[in-house]
Amino acid sequence: MAESEKTIKLEYEVGKEEFSKAGLASSNIKKVLNQIGIDAKVVRRVAIAAYESEINIVIHSEGGKITTEISHDKITVIAHDKGNGIENLEKAMTKGFSTASNEAREMGFGAGMGLPNMKRTSDQFSIESSKGAETRVEMIFNI
Amino acid sequence: MIINEIIEELKLNQLSGEKNSMKTVDGVYICDLLSWVMANGSKGDIWITVQTHLNIIAVASLLEMPMIIVPESIEVEEETLAKADEENIIVCTSELDSFTLACKLNEMGM
Repeated sequence: MAESEKTIKLEYEVGKEEFSKAGLASSNIKKVLNQIGIDAKVVRRVAIAAYESEINIVIHSEGGKITTEISHDKITVIAHDKGNGIENLEKAMTKGFSTASNEAREMGFGAGMGLPNMKRTSDQFSIESSKGAETRVEMIFNI
Repeated sequence: MIINEIIEELKLNQLSGEKNSMKTVDGVYICDLLSWVMANGSKGDIWITVQTHLNIIAVASLLEMPMIIVPESIEVEEETLAKADEENIIVCTSELDSFTLACKLNEMGM
């Protein structure tokens, strides 16, 4: 295989309402990226996006997973959950809008900054979801 | 500014991380909404927050903020401190409120 075709794939399960484990996947992703010598600014952006993805899965979904693929020219982070979907994507992408529970808000989550942070930190951002369906967010970071 | 000098000057109660830390910090960020901190906190900041659960360590670690100050003597969960030791994040509590802490840090030259 040519050097440019090699990829590293990392996959982490994220459980519904597992607040105590939230951050583990993004910490591990950050460690791996640092170990292979990715630029610190890119690592920080990926770490923020991965963390927000984890928190979203914990707070809003029935559980899911975060997959990271590292190739020679980009890092792709995919957050894919089992539902129950986002009713209004436009609202969900608005800074400050949140449907988080009171319990989550008391813990300082639910600022309505998660998806905007993910879009802001990534070079390419796409989200697919609808009410009752799975949500899939794909973020690409150029190296 | 050196963390150990801040701990001594403000008479902070250090609960985790290395003692007599010579690490430096160069800013302060005050906020209790984690995603807001993720968006606006900076590497090398002291983070002042009333949140004390485990996730504050993940945020500080990901953003490379070496020190968290919890104001008004709020008790910090044991599991938070254990994780802070693991990640070498210095968690301190203070009797002072966030505003007074910020004023004192400013007086010290932050």
